[in-house]
This record gives sequence, C-alpha cells and structure tokens, in this order.
Amino acid sequence: MLHLSVAVSSFRRYSTYRAATIAGAFTNSVFGIIMCFVYLAVWERQPDAGGYDASDAVTYVWLGQAMLAALATFGGGAPDDLAARIKSGDVAIDFYRPVDILGWYLAADLGRAAFQLLTRGLAPTLVGIALFDIRLPPGPVAWLGFAAAVVLAVVVSYALRMLVALSTFWLLDDTGPRTLAMVVAVFLGGMTVPLVLFPDGLREVAMALPWVAYLQVPADIWLGQRAGTELLAGLALAAAWAAVLLAVAALVLRAAERRVVVQGG
Amino acid sequence: MWMRASLAYRTSFWMLTIGGFVVGGLDMVGIWILFQTIDRLGGFSLTEVAFLYGAAGFGLAVADMIVGQVERVGQLVRLGKLDVMMVRPLPLLSQVCAEQFALRRVSRVLLTAGILTWGAAYVDWTPLRAAVTVSMLMSGVVIFAAVWITFATIQFWTADSAEIANAFTYGGSTVTQYPLAIYPSEVIKALTFAVPLAFVNWYPALYVLDRDDPLGLPTAFQFASPVVALVLTGIAALAWRTGVRHYTSTGS
Repeated sequence: MLHLSVAVSSFRRYSTYRAATIAGAFTNSVFGIIMCFVYLAVWERQPDAGGYDASDAVTYVWLGQAMLAALATFGGGAPDDLAARIKSGDVAIDFYRPVDILGWYLAADLGRAAFQLLTRGLAPTLVGIALFDIRLPPGPVAWLGFAAAVVLAVVVSYALRMLVALSTFWLLDDTGPRTLAMVVAVFLGGMTVPLVLFPDGLREVAMALPWVAYLQVPADIWLGQRAGTELLAGLALAAAWAAVLLAVAALVLRAAERRVVVQGG
Repeated sequence: MWMRASLAYRTSFWMLTIGGFVVGGLDMVGIWILFQTIDRLGGFSLTEVAFLYGAAGFGLAVADMIVGQVERVGQLVRLGKLDVMMVRPLPLLSQVCAEQFALRRVSRVLLTAGILTWGAAYVDWTPLRAAVTVSMLMSGVVIFAAVWITFATIQFWTADSAEIANAFTYGGSTVTQYPLAIYPSEVIKALTFAVPLAFVNWYPALYVLDRDDPLGLPTAFQFASPVVALVLTGIAALAWRTGVRHYTSTGS
C-alpha cells in the first residue's frame, strides 16, 4: 500500500511538468521521423535485414521513441534524486527511516515511468501511426507479453541507474558514471540500431546482456517475432536480469551504509 | 578554473571524458553496422556518409562548446541568476555562455574531426573543394550556434522548454548526419528554406563529393553557406535582444 501511494505521488509529481512533457514528446517525434527515413532507406536496399521487413523496422523506431522517456535511457528518474541526496548528505535520513530504500525509489520510478509512458509514449506513437505504416501486436497474448516486458524493462533500467547513483557514495560525483551508463544503454539497448542488425558474434553477446530487456525484447514481442516459448524465454531473461541487478544493488547499498560518514554531526 | 573543479572528482571526470568521446561517434558506429547489410545509403558510400556525418557533427560540437550553455537560460531565469548577470558590465550572452565550461565537449570536437578526416581521405581534392570544405565547417559552426541561441530565447517566455531547442540542434545534427537524399523532397526543402540546416554540410558536400543535387537546385546553393550563416546570425541577435527586452524577472 505504501509503495502504491509513493508511485501515485511520483506519477502526479511528473504530471506537473507540463511544458517539459510536451517539448519532450515533440523531440521524440522529430527523432522518430528522422530514424524512420534512415531505416526505410536501409530496408529499401536490403528488404529483409535482421529478419525484419520495412514495416517492422519503422514500428521498432516508434516503440523506441515511445519507451525512451519511460526507460530513462538517458538517465534520470528516481535514482537521480537519491544521487543528489547522497551528495548533499541527506541520505543519512533515508537510512534511519523504516522503509527499504530500493523499494521506495523503485515505486517512485515506476510511477514516473507510468506517467511518461502515457504521455511521452503515446504522443509520438500517434505521430508514427499518422505518418508511417505501423504494425500492431498480433493478438492478446502479444499485448500482455508486451505489457509485462515493458514493466521488466523499467525495473532493469531502474536497477542499472540505481547502481550508477550508488557509485556516488565512493566517487562523490555521478556525472561520469551517468554518461558512461547512458552511452552503453543507448547502444546495447538498441536505440542506435536494432540489436538484430548487429554483426554475428556481437549480436549474440548483446542479446544476452541486461540491456536487451530495454527495447529488443518488448519490440520483438510487439512485432510477433517472439511468440510462444520464445516470448516466455524473452520475459524470463528480462526477469532474471531484473532480479540479479536488484540483488547487486541491495548488496552495494548495504556496503555503502556501513561506509557512510555524515559530516558535522 | 572549471577544469580544475571537474578534475577534483578524478574517476568521474575520466569516465565523463570517455563517455563524451564515445557518444559523439555512437551514431557513426550505428551507420557502420547498417553498412554491414547495405553498400549504399541513399546512393552514398560509407566514407561519403562519414564525411557528411563528420561535417555536421563538427559544426554542432564546436557550436555546443561555445554557446551550448545558452540552453540553460531558463534555469538561470528561474534561479534569479540572470538578474545578477544583468547588472554586471559585461555582455549578457557571453556571461550566460560562460556559466559553465565543460572540457568533455572538447572530446566531442576531436572525435567528429577524426570522422571527418577519415571521410575526407577518400575525397578527390582540388583547391576549390578544399576552400569550400573550410567555408562549410566555419559556416556550420555559426549556423548551429545561431539556431541554438534563437531557440533558447523561447525560454524567456516559457522557462521550461529547453527541449524544443534540442529538437532543432541535436535533431538538426541528426537529420544532417545522413545524406539528405533519403528524405522526401518536402523535408529537404524545409531544411533549405525554413530551418536552413542543409547548408551546414549537405550543399557544400554535394560540391566536394561531386554529386548531383537530387532536387536540381542552382549550383550557387553549394557555395551559399556563409551567406546563410550571416543571415541566421542576424536573426539570432534580433531574437536574443527581443527576449532580453521582454524579460521582466521572476517576480518578488
């Protein structure tokens, strides 16, 4: 119950940034249009690149733009609040509160993601549907699988961003790790190029890493490329990474707790 | 000073530098991956795309280094810092741009220059082509800087709209890093006559790479980049002045 109300408050907090939301949706749409033309030119030369057809590729672009803000691929969200509190020392107060930090911030981040999926996700999708030939999920199972995959994607992204934020305990400044984490997430998350287009070898590696959960798994479920056991395997992989990364974050948090020194006490 | 301040967090600083270096070339890696399945994009080879990519990226990176901080003007308005700046006897715009200097932006300049050099190695050079290339790079910086300032001035009216400018600067550099031939002719026309980012690299590069203009516009366009840069600078100056005049502080 507590976590639900945290999520709801977080949802409402983000709903007040109206101008930023509209501007962000606009940016997502612009980038979506650009990438569509690039991919259309690619699939015109090679109509079955990566096992996708042109319509799949265009749909992939818009799914990517729709999920970009919700996944906070560029960083941000609840872990950023924690990083600021670590830097200022306010985190000491979080430590003696009778709630678990990971769960609290996860709830806040899920609330944020829900808001951004509904606004910055939906708006560019409508632009995409209006301008390009977009594919919809083939059936109710695909819809459900996609919904589950999106939730897992946010959790995986949250755990990774949390690890970056927790590095502030040691580095005192998180801008460096944030930038590196963003570069990795953009590339291995399939925002630059779909992972299915990666050259052999690199593709297999990328498909096994946590970032596959960001966009490639949800997109493949949406497109019907992953159905039946493959759908379940994709969700299982994402869930396994979510569990592992959350466990690591919990360990790091415990190590940090023992280490933290509050100044001026 | 800014440099010494950021070097205080050593590990973070180096991670930032590496990250900044890589991020400028990420799309180029993407293009390279795309070229594993295709041989031409919009009729252009990998090295020709690298030339276009490097030229657009270089223009944006240098402009970002010089005036990129202007996109934080909305934040300065909110914090009331702009009032402090206005009473200082220095040009407001230079103060806003110097609010923070980030060395990491330099790494991006170096990387895009590297990609440009790689693409340029395959160009069949003549003295005039070299001259057009130099004018292209200088005009590109000015054009991006002017666009940046013009759209940043919107923040004098709505303090929260930094992302609108991003759509035109980062979006503009993304648009121009691919051969414009892949877009419908309406898009190319918009990039020529409305927001003339095509002059950052496309028109001069058509001349340098010895390609026909898919729209068949006059050859003069391929040499017009400096003129466009000049006009946009005038518009940016006008917009900035109007914005500052409109500015009435944040109350209390």
